Amino acid sequence: MDVLSYFNYWAVVVLMMLGFFIVIARANLVKKLIGLNIFQTSVFILYISAGKVIGGSAPILSDDVTLYSNPLPHVLILTAIVVGIATTSVGLALVIRIHAAYGSVNQNDILKQDQQC
Amino acid sequence: MLSHIALLPVLLPLIGAPACAILRRPVFAWGFASSVAALAFLSAAILLKLTFEHGVIHYSLGGWAAPWGIEYRVDLLNALVLLLVSGIATTVLVASRTSVWHDIAENRRGLFYVACLLCLAGMLGIAATGDAFNLFVFLEISSLSTYALVACGRDRRALLAAFNYLVMGTIGATFILIGIGFVYMLTGTLNMTDLAQRLPGLGESRTVFAAYAFIVVGVCLKLALFPLHLWLPGAYTHAPAIVTAFLAATSTKVALYVLIRFSFSVFHLESSRLALSLEAVFITLGIVAVFAGSLVAIFADNLKRGLAWSSIAQVGYMTIGIGIGTAAGLQASLIHLFNHALMKGTLFLALAAIAIQVGGNEFSKLRGIGRRMPWSCAAFTVAGISLIGIPGTAGFVSKWYLVTAALAGEQWFLVLLIVAGSLLTAVYIWRFVEIAWLDSAPEKATGGDGEAPSVLLAATLMLALANIYFGFDTRLQVSASGGAAAALLGEAAQ
Amino acid sequence: MELLVNIVLLILLVATAGALVVVRGLLASTMLTSVYGLLCASFFVTMDAVDVAFTEAAVGAGVSPLLLLLTVAAIGRGEPRPVGALPVLAIVLVPVTAALLIIGTLDMPPFGSPDAPAHTHVAPRYLQLSGEEIGIPNVVTSVLASYRAFDTLGEVLVIFTAGVAVLLILATPGQRGSARPRYVPDNHRDPHTILQIVSRILIPFILLFALYVQFHGEYGPGGGFQAGVIFASAIILYGLLYGLPTVCRVVRPAVVEWLSAVGVLIFGITGVFAMLSGRPFLDYSVFADDPVTAQHIGILVVELGVGITVASVITVIYYAFANQFETAES
Repeated sequence: MDVLSYFNYWAVVVLMMLGFFIVIARANLVKKLIGLNIFQTSVFILYISAGKVIGGSAPILSDDVTLYSNPLPHVLILTAIVVGIATTSVGLALVIRIHAAYGSVNQNDILKQDQQC
Repeated sequence: MLSHIALLPVLLPLIGAPACAILRRPVFAWGFASSVAALAFLSAAILLKLTFEHGVIHYSLGGWAAPWGIEYRVDLLNALVLLLVSGIATTVLVASRTSVWHDIAENRRGLFYVACLLCLAGMLGIAATGDAFNLFVFLEISSLSTYALVACGRDRRALLAAFNYLVMGTIGATFILIGIGFVYMLTGTLNMTDLAQRLPGLGESRTVFAAYAFIVVGVCLKLALFPLHLWLPGAYTHAPAIVTAFLAATSTKVALYVLIRFSFSVFHLESSRLALSLEAVFITLGIVAVFAGSLVAIFADNLKRGLAWSSIAQVGYMTIGIGIGTAAGLQASLIHLFNHALMKGTLFLALAAIAIQVGGNEFSKLRGIGRRMPWSCAAFTVAGISLIGIPGTAGFVSKWYLVTAALAGEQWFLVLLIVAGSLLTAVYIWRFVEIAWLDSAPEKATGGDGEAPSVLLAATLMLALANIYFGFDTRLQVSASGGAAAALLGEAAQ
Repeated sequence: MELLVNIVLLILLVATAGALVVVRGLLASTMLTSVYGLLCASFFVTMDAVDVAFTEAAVGAGVSPLLLLLTVAAIGRGEPRPVGALPVLAIVLVPVTAALLIIGTLDMPPFGSPDAPAHTHVAPRYLQLSGEEIGIPNVVTSVLASYRAFDTLGEVLVIFTAGVAVLLILATPGQRGSARPRYVPDNHRDPHTILQIVSRILIPFILLFALYVQFHGEYGPGGGFQAGVIFASAIILYGLLYGLPTVCRVVRPAVVEWLSAVGVLIFGITGVFAMLSGRPFLDYSVFADDPVTAQHIGILVVELGVGITVASVITVIYYAFANQFETAES
């Protein structure tokens, strides 16, 4: 059971690294935002996993339930999801403007254009 | 209302921002935003006075006691940062009108001021809160509005700069979120005071180490500490002039506050086994930042870009203070935090005035500018002298305390490097003085000539005078930072 | 069994993320992002985080892919590029961060253990006392709208900031606000007759569901944020099928922009009310003599503010993006 008890956390690490890799390695700006999205979501999974109590149920009070999962990480992650979508929308708005100004959404192309002028 | 004083500096811009969005005319938005910032400044001043007199002020939001509810816990350090940020914001916003009308398209101006208020609310919220997760939320408010502020001008290069800032800023914020998550999993609490009590009981936990590491890396991204500074030069150079003045004087200061708060109040850096190696890291990175930043600044062909790199160097001085690890070092760091805001505020406001008149900040456009805009250039020169650290200015006080702290720790080598850094600063300030005052103006002056608009000029001169005033009357920043540093290290000793 | 579902879902998530690393087309990436969001939401259900799952389903599988699609529509799909130079930076940074994360997991309390500090310190009070103090069954709503209401005000401010930021960034020259379509829909486009008729029947039910979620958040999963997203999705559905000019005539951009600020103000002024009576900001006890009733009123009003701001900001963002797309097209 020892491996299983950390399985969630290690899956989070893998997801986080995949997202992080996309952010750094891909030159396409939209792709970077998608990577950022995965990166953030993996942290949500970390928090929610930490809030789980085995055998517990959703934190909605009821007379026939005695063990609940922890509601606090849920509240925090609700906020964090909103932060995530807010960041994504601002990032995408920038991408649209960048495309209008440079005709490209590839970081390398844009840097090349800036150096020329 | 006095019982709510801890909340007021944050609450005013927080409610003011949506209210400002309802105003349709940009002029009204400008007036409204400036008055809201001024009121926030006023309440921050009262708050600082009260913390001097009564010590720490607690405020339980929603009436729920900590750690179940969110608590504001304001001590001297918080109050000092609140005062500084709201003061700079007031000055910059009042001064902003002509520059904003020059840099920003008509249909964006109203929203520009809403975003400014949001950014201000975010930064003040970070500086006032005693709850780790609440800090993250307000960090995001200030970050998101900053990205938009950087991108809203006419320079297309600002777009990619804002995008890069968004990506790096979000990575930084997510790192902080990971760190907070780790400590929450270990202690079950988010309240900073409660965390500080529970973390030592865990001993040498690897998870605590990782949590601290993530928070430090995340905050240093926001702080633009070398080598995590990559977003800063582009964002500062291409952002509208007013935005640069606002951000350069406030946002890295707030990040430094967060670094200090987490290092000393939450994680007790000085009492942990890792302290020595971390202090070495802060000193080394600080020194590298001072030299790398100053050298690039010397060779920049755009004055605004040069000053952006200079900000990276100045952050270096502040982390050196943290790295020294004593109360004196910490105090030096905080004094420089305060004084640097005054210097960079003046420098970038003067640049904003110059940009209106000559249409840019490239050195090629600045020849002989001193004769056309004597007052703005005088303000710039005064702040430049302060940046070097010449006696009679606020900058000297910073350097004096930093050198004294290094001497007390018998780190002679460090003293030498700090002085050498000042010489490098002198080089790039001299470059401006030479071009602006000693060169003759080009035959046909480009753009309009004459002085900056009066309000902008008055604000710039006022900040320049503050550089001199705080060079002589050092009571405010020295006593506040001294008390704050003692409290930071004293708290930990308990 | 629960554990098995958990493991399978995580493996699927990793596989989707892996596919996103490999896939280069933007449209395919968008679809995978949507799949990823849906898998995430399912995972949150198995972790008992029903409110979070609801939100993630709406945001991760709905709004965020929609914005991606609108962006791709505005900038064009682009052609897949050949692999460039080896991303040295990524190859160095990613393993270092991974190592640090793994170090961090080593001393963590094991997954799901009820004795973990997180479950024994602050949270138990919420579970044990919120029934008496707040009087509503959904503990997440109690914490969100009362114990940590200030965080939620911050969250509303974040989404409001996003709206302001998008408008500030995308404002087209000479145009105030998110969208001002200058032309009537042309007929050359496929009118989607079947979809239009189906959606006309569907939209009232979506709106009704949004209201249910808004006011039922105290008893089951849901609340202002989720309701706001659903409400906005009805408007967006209408816009997608009938065109931006039509939806802008029904739901005016200026009104929506105004409402996004009003929602934040409702929340904020609720808090100020308490201050006027000498209580701390956002202390609901001033609304009634009976503390539980007072909490009820406070939570209801505050959630309404959240719902209004979220619905209008998402609509505003949709308008701003769709406006770019239509401008690019014309």
